[in-house]
Amino acid sequence: MTAVSIAGVSKVFNQGRPDEVTALSDVDLTVDSGQFVSLIGPSGCGKSTLLRLIADLIDPTAGTVTVAGKPAAQARRDQEYGIAFQQAGLFEWRTVRRNVELPLELRKVPKAERRVRAEEMLTLVGLADFAGHYPAQLSGGMQQRVAIARALAVHPPLLLMDEPFGALDEMTRERLQGELLQICAKTGTSTVFVTHSISEAVFLSDKVVVMSARPGRITATVDIELPGRDEAARQSPAYFEYVTAVRKALRA
Amino acid sequence: MRYVRSVLPPVLVGVLSVVLWEVVVTAGRIAPFILPAPSAIWDQLVEQRDNVVDAALASGTNALVGLVGGTVVAVLAALLFSRSKLLSDIAVPYAAVVNALPIIALAPILNNMFDSTSSLPRRVVAGIIAFFPVFINTLRGLREVDPTHRELMDSYAAGGWTFARLVRLPGALPYVFTGLRQASSLAVIAAVVAEYFGGLQDGLGARITSAAAFTAYPRAWAFVVGACVLGLVFYLTTLLLERLATPWKSRS
Repeated sequence: MTAVSIAGVSKVFNQGRPDEVTALSDVDLTVDSGQFVSLIGPSGCGKSTLLRLIADLIDPTAGTVTVAGKPAAQARRDQEYGIAFQQAGLFEWRTVRRNVELPLELRKVPKAERRVRAEEMLTLVGLADFAGHYPAQLSGGMQQRVAIARALAVHPPLLLMDEPFGALDEMTRERLQGELLQICAKTGTSTVFVTHSISEAVFLSDKVVVMSARPGRITATVDIELPGRDEAARQSPAYFEYVTAVRKALRA
Repeated sequence: MRYVRSVLPPVLVGVLSVVLWEVVVTAGRIAPFILPAPSAIWDQLVEQRDNVVDAALASGTNALVGLVGGTVVAVLAALLFSRSKLLSDIAVPYAAVVNALPIIALAPILNNMFDSTSSLPRRVVAGIIAFFPVFINTLRGLREVDPTHRELMDSYAAGGWTFARLVRLPGALPYVFTGLRQASSLAVIAAVVAEYFGGLQDGLGARITSAAAFTAYPRAWAFVVGACVLGLVFYLTTLLLERLATPWKSRS
C-alpha cells in the first residue's frame, strides 16, 4: 500500500510572466505506508513546494499526485493527512486543548470525544498538564509539540511536516526527533518530512530524498537502515556512513 | 505588592498636584476666572451634585448610543471592505483623511437638521467620531492573517465563512479593542462638545457654557470634572471589556 504517489510532477510559478520560476521539474516519488521519508536539499530546491503539492495547498502544473489512493484534492477534503509547519501556527486565542481540538471540530466530532482525543494527543506529546494554557504561555518547543499533537488529532494515515524543528535549539530538536519517531511507530503513520539538516534526515528516515535547485528535481535517494533509533544510533558508524552518503549526494 | 507599586506612584502624583494647585491659587491670589481653587470646585461639585449627575447621565447616554452605533457600523463596514483587497486599499486612505477632519464641526449643521428637542444630532456626531478608529483598526486586523493559519485552514478544507469565524474574527478582536479604546474617549468628548453648538441643552456641555456665561467659574469647573469622570468611566469600561473578551492577552 502506498501512502503517497507522485508521477511526472512539475510546478511552474507565474507561468508566462517575466518572473516565471520552475520550482519542480518532472518529479517521481513513492512513499510506502508507514514509511518515514525526508526531503532534503538547498534553499529553493522545491522541497516545500513538493510538500504543498502533496497537501494540495497548490496545484501541479503537470503530473499527478495521489494520496491514500485518491487524488490529492479529495484526500485533503477527507483529511487524510495532518500537517505541521516551521511556525507552530497555533491560534493564540484558543487554549492548547482547543487548538488540538480544532481539526476535530471542523470534522464535527462530538464535544466529549474531541476532549478525550485532545487529551490523548497531548499526553502523547507530553503536554497533558498544559491543556488549559494559552500558546503565548508556552516555549517554542512546547508550541511545536502542540502543533504536532494537532496534526495527529484526526489520526491521519499521513503526516506532512515542513521543517517543524527548524526554529528550535539543538537540544529541544533532538528530544522532539526522538518523540516524533516514537509517535510514528506507535500510530503507524507515514511521514513526509522536509528538512535542511542532514543529520536530522538520516536519524529520522527510512528513505532520504535528495533534491537540487534550479530547476528543483530529485537527484538521489538514499535508503537508510539503522539497527535502532536511539542515542546509540546517533553514535554508530552506520549512521555516519549514511550522513556522508547524503552529503556526497547533495554535493554531486 | 506589585499592584500597590503600580497604583501608588500615579495616585501620589495626583494628590500632590491637587495640593500644589490649591496652594498656588490661594497663596498667589489667582482670580477664579483664571483658575479656581480645587476646594472651590469641590464645594460646587457637592452643591450641584444632582445637576452634575443628571447632565452626566444625559451626555453619557448620548456618548454610549453614539459609541455603540458607530462601533457596530464600523465593524460591519470593516467586514465588508476586508472581503476584497481592492476595496480595502481604496477605503483605508479615505478613512484616514476623513478621520483627520474635525467632525465636531458637523455639529451645528446636524443641530439645525433636527428638532431642537432631539438628542439625535449629538448621538450622530459621537457615532461618526467613534466610527473611524474602530473601522481603521478592525480593517487592519481582518486583513492581517498569519500565512501559516491560512495554509492550515486550507489543509482542513475550511470554507470562507468557517475561516472568517474561526480565524479572522478572533484574530481581529484585539484590533477592534485598540480602536474602541480611542473611540470611547472620543465619543464622550463629541457628546459634550456638540452641545456648544446648540441643540438640546441638557448635558454637560450646555451646563459648562451656561455656568461660564454667568461667571460662575467654580461651577463650570465642577461640570468639567463631571466630564472628566464620564470619559474615564467609558475608557475603563472598555479596558475591562477588553480583558474579558481577550483573556489570552492578559495571561502571557
